[in-house]
Amino acid sequence: MRLRDELEGIYAILLKDLKAYYLKPPNISWGILFPIVLALAFTLRNPRGLRDLAPGLVAMAALFGTTSMEAIVVTFEKRVGALERLYMAPLTYTSILLAKVLGGAVFGGFISAVMTLLCVTLLGMHISHPLLYVGGLALSLIALSSLGALIAFSVREVFEAQTLSNYFRFPMIFLCGVFIPVGSLPLPLRVVAYMLPLTYTVELLRASTLSPSTCPLLDLAILTLFSAVFLLLTHRAMGRAYG
Amino acid sequence: MDSIIVEGLTKYYGDLCAVDHVSFTVEAGEVFGYLGPNGAGKTTTIRMLTGLTRPSEGRAWVAGYDIVKETLEVKRRIGVVPEVSNLYDELTVWENLEFISRLYHVPRAERHRRIGELLKLFDLWDRRDTRFRRLSRGLKRRAVLAAALVNDPEILFLDEPTTGLDVVSARSLRGLVNRLRGMGKTIFLTTHYIEEADQLCDRVAIIVCGRIRAIDTPENLKLKAGVKSILEVELSDRPPASLLERLRGLEVEVEGRQLRVHTDNPQMLLRLLVEEVGRSGLTLLSLRSRSPTLEDAFIKLTGLSPEVMRREKGV
Ligand SMILES: Nc1ncnc2c1ncn2[C@@H]1O[C@H](COP(=O)(O)OP(=O)(O)O)[C@@H](O)[C@H]1O
Ligand SMILES: [Mg+2]
Repeated sequence: MRLRDELEGIYAILLKDLKAYYLKPPNISWGILFPIVLALAFTLRNPRGLRDLAPGLVAMAALFGTTSMEAIVVTFEKRVGALERLYMAPLTYTSILLAKVLGGAVFGGFISAVMTLLCVTLLGMHISHPLLYVGGLALSLIALSSLGALIAFSVREVFEAQTLSNYFRFPMIFLCGVFIPVGSLPLPLRVVAYMLPLTYTVELLRASTLSPSTCPLLDLAILTLFSAVFLLLTHRAMGRAYG
Repeated sequence: MDSIIVEGLTKYYGDLCAVDHVSFTVEAGEVFGYLGPNGAGKTTTIRMLTGLTRPSEGRAWVAGYDIVKETLEVKRRIGVVPEVSNLYDELTVWENLEFISRLYHVPRAERHRRIGELLKLFDLWDRRDTRFRRLSRGLKRRAVLAAALVNDPEILFLDEPTTGLDVVSARSLRGLVNRLRGMGKTIFLTTHYIEEADQLCDRVAIIVCGRIRAIDTPENLKLKAGVKSILEVELSDRPPASLLERLRGLEVEVEGRQLRVHTDNPQMLLRLLVEEVGRSGLTLLSLRSRSPTLEDAFIKLTGLSPEVMRREKGV
C-alpha cells in the first residue's frame, strides 16, 4: 500500500516534469539537433576514425542529455517554490529524488537514442551485444542523472548548477576515453579518469559495440556504486533543506 | 478533541530565534488565527507544523501525529496554502489539481469527481483549461486553495491567504474560508490584517517577535485589553490646553486637530467636550464614537502601532 503510494507519486512527478519541461518543443529540437551537430562536427574533422569514436559520442550525448535539463528543472523549481509543493506532499524524499533522477535519465535516454541511431546509420556503428548496450546505457543514465541531481540539489541558482556541472562535464569528456583512450593517459590522469563515472560508460559502450576488452560486469558494478553514492549524497542535501 | 497541539515549539536560524517556545492547541472545527506583523514567525510556525522545517526545540502533534516522527502521516491529513502561490505555471488549472491529487494518492475513481466539485465550488470551472500563469492573482490564490483541498484534509493551513489581493478578491476568499469552516474543516490561518483575524477567527493568537503575547477569542481579547468606547473628535483648530486639562485622567491621543479619547462613560465625555469647545471659541467639525475593535486591543496588548501591521513585506 505504502509502496504503491510512493510509486504513484514518482510516476506523477515524472509525468509532470516531462510534460511541463522536458517535452517542450525547444527541448525536443535541442535533443535532436545536439547529437546531429556533434556527430557532424566529428565526421568533418576525422571521417575515418569514426567507428572508433561512436561509443564516445553516445556517452557524451548521455552526459549532456541527463545533466543539462535536469539541473535547470530542479534549480528553477527550487527558486519559484514549486519544489516545495513536492515536499508538502505525503511522499518520502527518496521518491521525490528518484522521480527527478528518472526525468533526467529519460531525457538523456532520448538524446542517447538519437545519437545511437545516427551512429548506427551514418557512422556504421555495430551493436554486437544489444542487451549489454541497453543495460549499460540505462545504468549510465541513472548514474549521470544522479550526479546531476546532486549538483542541482546542492546549489541555489540555475547558473551555479550550470557552472558546477561544467566542472565535471568537461574534464570527463577529455579524461574518460571519449576521444583519447584512457590507457594512453599519463598515470595521474588515468587515476582521475577511473574516479569518474563516464569512463565506465565509455568502456561499457565500447564493449558492447566492439569486442569486449574489459570485464563489463565490473563496469556495471562500479556504475551501480556511483549511482548509490550520488543518490545518498543528494538525499542528504535534501535533508539539509528540512533544517 | 484537539486537532493541533503545540508545546514549546521553537526555531532558531543561527542566533535568531524566529519562533520562541510557542504553545497552543487548536480544537477540531475551529478557525484559529495567528496574527502578527511581518517577521513575527508566522510562516516559520506553519512550516514546522506542516513538516517543511525541523523544529529546533519543542514538540507538536497535528491530527494526532507527531510532526517530526510521523511527518508523512501528518502530510496525508492536511492541506497547505503557502504564502506564495506555487502551482505549476506551465500546467492548466485542471492539470495542476490532477497532479496534486496524484501526489496525495486520491483514488483514481474519485479524482475527477472531486476536482470538478472543487473547481465549481471555487468558481474556477470555466478556467479549468487555463494555464496557471495566465490567472489573475486572486484566481491563483483560489486555485491554490482548491489544490490544498484535493485530498479532503482534516486540517487546513493558510499562510496569509489574502495578502496582496485586491479588496474584492480578498473578500471572496474570506467568504470561501467561511464556507470551509461550515464544512467542518479545522483551519489554522496566519494574517497581518487585524480585521481579518477579527472577522474570520474563533480564536486568535497574537505573535510578536516569535512569542505569543495573548490567545483568546477576539471578544475576550478586547475585554482583556480593557479597551473602552472611543470618541473621535475633529476640531476647527488644535485643542486648547484648557480642554486637555479637563480630560486629564482619561486616555487621550492628539493628532493635529484630531482628538481620540477612550472612555467608559461616553455621555459625560460628550457633555464636557461640547461645553469646553464652546468656551474656547472652537467648533466641533465632526464627532464619531465607536466600540473597541481588535485593533485597539492589539495596540494595547502589544504596544505596537497599527502602522507596523500595515507594512507589507519588502516595503
Ligand atoms: N530560512 C531562513 N533563514 C534565516 N532566517 C529566516 C528564515 N526564514 C525566516 N527567517 C527569519 O525568521 C523570522 C520570522 O520569519 P517568518 O516566519 O517568515 O515571519 P512571518 O511569516 O511572520 O512574516 C524573520 O526574522 C525572518 O527573517
Ligand atoms: Mg510569513
